[in-house]
Amino acid sequence: MQRRIIQTLFLLLVCSRMMAQDSSLMKMMDDAVSESQKGQVVTGTFKATQIVNLPTVESPGKKSLQFMIMHRFGKLNGGAYEFFGLDNASIRFALDYGITDRFSVGLGRSSVDKTFDGSLKYKLLQQKEAGMPISVSLYGVITNYTQRYTDKPYLDAGYRTAYTSQVIIAKKFSPAFSFEVVPSWIHYNLTPTPEDKNDLFAVSAGGRLKFTKRMSINAEYNYLLRNQVVSTKIYDAISGGIDIETGGHVFQLVFTNAAGMVGPYYLAKTNGSWGKGDIYFGFNITRNFNFKK
Amino acid sequence: MKSIYALALAGFLYLPAKAQTYMTRNGKVNFYSKTPLEDIKAENRQVVAAFDLGKKTVAMTLLQKNFLFEKQLMQDHYNENYVESDKFPKAQFTGTINGNVGTTPGTYKVQISGNLTLHGVTKPVSAPAEFEVADGKVTGKADFKVKPSDFDIKIPSLVKDKIASEISVQVVAACTALSK
Repeated sequence: MQRRIIQTLFLLLVCSRMMAQDSSLMKMMDDAVSESQKGQVVTGTFKATQIVNLPTVESPGKKSLQFMIMHRFGKLNGGAYEFFGLDNASIRFALDYGITDRFSVGLGRSSVDKTFDGSLKYKLLQQKEAGMPISVSLYGVITNYTQRYTDKPYLDAGYRTAYTSQVIIAKKFSPAFSFEVVPSWIHYNLTPTPEDKNDLFAVSAGGRLKFTKRMSINAEYNYLLRNQVVSTKIYDAISGGIDIETGGHVFQLVFTNAAGMVGPYYLAKTNGSWGKGDIYFGFNITRNFNFKK
Repeated sequence: MKSIYALALAGFLYLPAKAQTYMTRNGKVNFYSKTPLEDIKAENRQVVAAFDLGKKTVAMTLLQKNFLFEKQLMQDHYNENYVESDKFPKAQFTGTINGNVGTTPGTYKVQISGNLTLHGVTKPVSAPAEFEVADGKVTGKADFKVKPSDFDIKIPSLVKDKIASEISVQVVAACTALSK
């Protein structure tokens, strides 16, 4: 009897040792995997390079070119006569190219004021699974409008130029939910009246909520600090929309009270009010082309 | 009765003495999808793999997000839309070696069969493999095909022509003996 017990204990000991070795191997494998998981960069904070008008932390990857059409119809309150805004349209074309995975350059042209724009975006910080909690991108846009004003012959290229600098601070809280806060600084070389400030400051916030793998609801609020633009009544640009992603395209269907689609225009020149029905329906379409072989 | 003792004792002493377990953290898994419209390639160089030649078992674990694609957008779509890496971060294989892998240096052709877990779905997979045994090192190589539809990976009709219905997967894992 005693022999049997000793014998069983002994066998158990051998078995447990073998099992311990096996499970320790699985543990080693799991540890190695979770170790490499920690350093991973969080990707896909947003689907597109802008929420509606507000830029996101995203930029086209290295050697890929993004072509974007931003289109806004007229105001909804135009009524049946204006076919609820669909009779009118304003548009911005843009090309953005990734020089590296973190640095991109862009060119754009808006029909509003016949404005050209050039931009730079740099991903300064990238959110990681462990460690870095946020992503930060820097975005700079220079705009120059070319609309002819025969009554203002003094308007040279310098006077027509404005600069917008933005710091985009974003966090992907969950696979479905991302949020960003964007302080902006706009500098006008020339303001409409001397009372208007040349340097304007705004704070924007925006987010997205995915409801399927390829679709999300987005919204942004752009708050222009008060008493900066005094010659005209300016409203905060509030926009919302839906992203639909299909392979290489992202379609964004949007509603906004901003007619402009680039830096200084939507931030500091939005004269439409949601309350009065100055709402523009529109869309952004992005298409990616790759030059990497 | 004595013989059981002797056997158990031998096993007890033998196990720690002779390492039969081999492991790596830098195994390689490539996959390749070929269609007339588009070729998609990706490589993962951070695969954790282990062989136990004593028990003839194989285990492999990888993180989906460690697959590197040539085009960033492809990588984003792979993780977000197809394998859903946030929900199912890992792919895993556990299996057994059917055939003889000797301890003397040389190349041994065997068959591996086991279970592949991918996108939260576990399916049996079996493939011919090759083990190259060298001093303190065992390199395992295997090629097999995976159907995305078997693993509940849905491909929208819009891009159906760009993604092969069968994807070739290539595994190379150079494992070193685990020192005990």
